[in-house]
Amino acid sequence: MKILVVEDDPEAGRYLARALNEAGHVADLAADGEVGLEMAMAGSYDVLVVDRMLPKRDGLSLIMALRAEKRTTPVLILSALGQVDDRVLGLRAGGDDYLTKPYAFTECLARVEALARRQNPQSAQLTYKVGDLELDRLAHRVSRAGEDIPLQPREFRLLEYLMRHAGQVVTRTMLLENVWDYHFDPQTNVIDVHVSRLRSKIERKGHATLLHTIRGAGYMIRDPGR
Amino acid sequence: MAPGSPPSTQERGWLAGLGRMARTTAFKLSAFYLLIFALFSGIILGYIAWNTRRLLDAQITETIETEINALAEQYRQGGLRRLVAVIERRGRQSGSFLYLLIDSRGDAMTGNAILRVPVQSVSPGWSEMRYNWPDEADDIARRAKVRTFILPSGLRLFVGRDLEEQDRLQITIRRARGISLLLVLLMGGFGAWFVTKRVLKRVEGVATTSTAIMAGNLSERLPVTNTNDEFDRLALHLNAMLDRIGELMTGLRDLSDNVAHDLRTPLTRLRNGAEDALRKAETLEDARAALERAIEESDNLLRIFDALQMIARAESGNLATSLKPQKLEEIVSSLAELYEPLAEEAGLTFETRIGTDLLANANRELIGQALSNLFDNALKYGVKPEGGGGSLIVTAEKSGGQIRIAVADRGEGIPEDKRAAVVERFVRLDASRAKPGLGLGLSLVAAVARLHGGELRLEDNAPGLRAVLVLPEAVGSAGRSLAQGLALPEKEA
Repeated sequence: MKILVVEDDPEAGRYLARALNEAGHVADLAADGEVGLEMAMAGSYDVLVVDRMLPKRDGLSLIMALRAEKRTTPVLILSALGQVDDRVLGLRAGGDDYLTKPYAFTECLARVEALARRQNPQSAQLTYKVGDLELDRLAHRVSRAGEDIPLQPREFRLLEYLMRHAGQVVTRTMLLENVWDYHFDPQTNVIDVHVSRLRSKIERKGHATLLHTIRGAGYMIRDPGR
Repeated sequence: MAPGSPPSTQERGWLAGLGRMARTTAFKLSAFYLLIFALFSGIILGYIAWNTRRLLDAQITETIETEINALAEQYRQGGLRRLVAVIERRGRQSGSFLYLLIDSRGDAMTGNAILRVPVQSVSPGWSEMRYNWPDEADDIARRAKVRTFILPSGLRLFVGRDLEEQDRLQITIRRARGISLLLVLLMGGFGAWFVTKRVLKRVEGVATTSTAIMAGNLSERLPVTNTNDEFDRLALHLNAMLDRIGELMTGLRDLSDNVAHDLRTPLTRLRNGAEDALRKAETLEDARAALERAIEESDNLLRIFDALQMIARAESGNLATSLKPQKLEEIVSSLAELYEPLAEEAGLTFETRIGTDLLANANRELIGQALSNLFDNALKYGVKPEGGGGSLIVTAEKSGGQIRIAVADRGEGIPEDKRAAVVERFVRLDASRAKPGLGLGLSLVAAVARLHGGELRLEDNAPGLRAVLVLPEAVGSAGRSLAQGLALPEKEA
């Protein structure tokens, strides 16, 4: 997919663009807010990655200008300001996700891909299917190979989030943010325990493994047939 | 001073002093009161003067009427001759009325005064006219109130009373008015000057002290005179504020020292590791392992940074605006649910007792973070020392306007004399040094509690530790409106 990176630090910008290119995307780089806004208006990007503090026009104002022109391209805000209220301001300005600097590239990539997927109308389905695992959002039912799996409400939401992003890496902080709605960084491996519980419920002996741990990044649910 | 020439410095200083004085509130107030007071005394004295004059006038009229009645009686009894005789006799007495009787041709028949009016054309009734006594020089003209009669034989009779007395009284009153106004202005002006000078002196004391403080002498305090007036109260408040600032400054200094120390350690490890790898790593795997350790180390550093920043934000009170009414039971439940599997994995029995309607003005993220730290601690240190087991009990309840959220474990606990210390930043008990941690967890919890107007209490769970987050309860709609008052204006999305 096509990604625009608006970042004034040349080294950080080049690093991010190169890493995105290596991950199979096409990344363009803009070095200030004005150029960034121009490129965002002109090009058809799937996702924008915008640094919050930029010369000429700051990131939040860029996003607001974009939204005022009815451009709905999803935006990931990168910022050195990571406090609760900064995040709220960023999202209120029209950003879709917020990542505090410094960040792990895997985290950034996972979020960019999740944002692009969110834009895709297919993502908000009523049922999800990964291999022989099925999830019905209306009936609140999960089954594997036709066999019902009873899940706790939170486990259901965890699985729902993973399946909505099937084939994509989902990081631990993304899970904490989207399933529990907290934005802090837990010191211990709380998320891992929840995922491993979920895994023990949905995986079956003799069936292909669906829920994978991606080392150094997070988790991915994946159709073994593809 | 010649026009255009600049005033001398001394004059300028004096003028500036006066100008500064005139600009003070105390002076303006005094001047205002002075004006009002002067106006009132002027009005009152004017009223007195007017009333006195009216009274005197009535009195004169009455005496003249009486005199005329007496003359009329004489005239009735003895005719014109008797009248003339009476007028002549009475006219010679000292302090007498003034009389004049003229015939139809205008010649005076008798009388003791010369009227300086065309006597023949005066119509009967009351009038004020000029006169003088016959033995006086022509240019002395006195004022008199006179009643004129026309007698049946065509004679005219004038009976009057001198007005000098009344005029003198009028003058006296006018002078009294002037003097009293002058006195009021003088005394009032002096009062205003005195009050203003006093106020200015107090204000200047404050200004001097604040200049000293701005120059860096933070131990300076504003003078308090013990008169318990408004200046003292202001000074006490400002001093309390200065104390708080001083505490914060000390805290900041301690913090930066601690930060320097505690960041140096992991930074040194990071550097040593990289150097070591550079020198010794022979295979790609060695290099990879070293890089992974370096990333881990830098993540650790970032966590320290984040925690410190968050504590600083919470302590500065910047986040107080983000407090909104929250149902704490929901936050506690969601975190308990988040940590329950972890506790069970660690071999702890997990129990929750969470009340309802625990409404408080809170920041959900911060409370969540604080509770997460308490859970982390309980999981890290709450395992029974004699090999595994134990329990983790989470309670949330309200009593007496307070909401108490407690996380209790059965670990080794914290000795009573160390409880205050562990809340400090970067303090870790010797026993815990072997376990991973930053020594910032409880500091953050305490800072969050303070931000919410509550506190963190560490209690003995006999055995174990019970960490209690005490927060003030928001009472119904009052709490809501308070929170709304504090909240940032919401922007419509």
